[in-house]
Amino acid sequence: MPEDILMEIKKDYVLSKIRDGERIDGRKFDEIRPIEIQTGLIAKAEGSALVKLGNTMVVAGVKMQPGEPFPDTPDQGIIITNAELVPLASPTFEPGPPDENAIELARVVDRGIRHSEAVDLKELCIEEGEKVWVIFIDIWALDDDGNLMDASALAAIAALMNTTVPAERFEVGEDFPLAVKDLPVAITSLVFEDKILVDPCLDELSIGKNTITITTDQNDNIVSIQKSGPFLLKEEVFDRLIDLSIEKAKEVRRILKNINS
Amino acid sequence: MEEIKLIVDGKRLDGRGFEELRPIKIEAGVLKRADGSCYLEMGKNKVVAAVYGPREVHPKHLEEPDRAIVRYRYSMAPFSVEERKRPGPDRRSIEISKVSREALEPVIMKELFPRSAIDIFVEVLQADAGSRTACLNAASVALVDAGIPMKGIVTSVAVAKVDGVLVLDPMKEEDNYGEADIPFAFLIRNGKIESITLLQMDGRVTAEELRKALELAKKGAMEIYKLQREAIMKKYVKEEEVME
Repeated sequence: MPEDILMEIKKDYVLSKIRDGERIDGRKFDEIRPIEIQTGLIAKAEGSALVKLGNTMVVAGVKMQPGEPFPDTPDQGIIITNAELVPLASPTFEPGPPDENAIELARVVDRGIRHSEAVDLKELCIEEGEKVWVIFIDIWALDDDGNLMDASALAAIAALMNTTVPAERFEVGEDFPLAVKDLPVAITSLVFEDKILVDPCLDELSIGKNTITITTDQNDNIVSIQKSGPFLLKEEVFDRLIDLSIEKAKEVRRILKNINS
Repeated sequence: MEEIKLIVDGKRLDGRGFEELRPIKIEAGVLKRADGSCYLEMGKNKVVAAVYGPREVHPKHLEEPDRAIVRYRYSMAPFSVEERKRPGPDRRSIEISKVSREALEPVIMKELFPRSAIDIFVEVLQADAGSRTACLNAASVALVDAGIPMKGIVTSVAVAKVDGVLVLDPMKEEDNYGEADIPFAFLIRNGKIESITLLQMDGRVTAEELRKALELAKKGAMEIYKLQREAIMKKYVKEEEVME
């Protein structure tokens, strides 16, 4: 297939650049592509955000409704995160139920939000043991130019920051803004031998989809890690990734903090 | 909810020290039909792994002209957990299958078997936290049992943070009520840990704790590795005896 041949050529190009200590788009190895965040674009949703990370584009929407709590957490709200790699976003995406990549994406984003305790689930209790708020975060990929993971994580948290709890619609009190207590940021890096390329674009991923995603909270704690891709990760590289991801997350968090001002 | 204390008087709920593994039992070659197999217990986890292949690829279009494809299916029996689990893959199983496959793929010498498939199936018969690590340990032994050429052995163990301390190989209560769970898998070659092949984490830890968790996991992995080796040796000795 022509696509395959093109990939091979791209791969050689990416590798030769890396050997020269450069990236194909001229970025530094630890440089993230420009980020644009637009919130509240979907009026029908309780919260929404469109994120552009370079040419990668993702929209996340939050919908809420009252539902029954889980028996083991009767006083806590529920977060359900879903991601769809819809076919308009890439020639390689196919219609149908989420595949392993979409599932992994949703679960890693979910863990970042959950373990940073960005949303206080106890505040989403309407009636203990009976009724709690269920938050549906749906991540819709629009354009995959690499690193959908970080764009999705960003879109999800930005959409939550933009969310108004629709209490009036369900006749359980007055509408109120959803309190977001932490800002988890996911940083994905492409690993090639002992090199780390932060925020890989699609062409760079032609050398192998070998990535690590490290999500940190605003106190620099690590709240989620996912090694993704069939590769051997050296301990020394992992060690560098920890501090690098914490530092890069701070940069992204600053952008996130500024969207509402 | 009532706070559950997971560490009492410097000991864990099951009496283990912080750096102690659960009892492990490994037996290679337990299934007749599979090309390689392994039964493994890690605490209350009971898992069976089977390897089929290298064999023809079905469906055909998944074939790779220059290497074997590796498939991994993690599956939980409905009776393996407290509340019956609906059979078939759920989102969790699909994710575990993916990361486990990716943990084994770089270790298997796929280039030796173009246009073929190496299928790894693991069934969790009883689960008690760390089932993905138990399954990987079993799968690794089953691969050796099937005679699949590999760069080394994959050994997997998790570290958890409970009541503020790091503990090796968490069991159910520690996984449920702990602050973090970090499953690791390593490639061990010539008796040395060479690299990380699986790494996930969910919960909350500091960078320092994460580094310490890695060291603790490495210690645990070396112990498990010895048991994996023993199980493989035992199988071969048995085969030799039969031949004589």
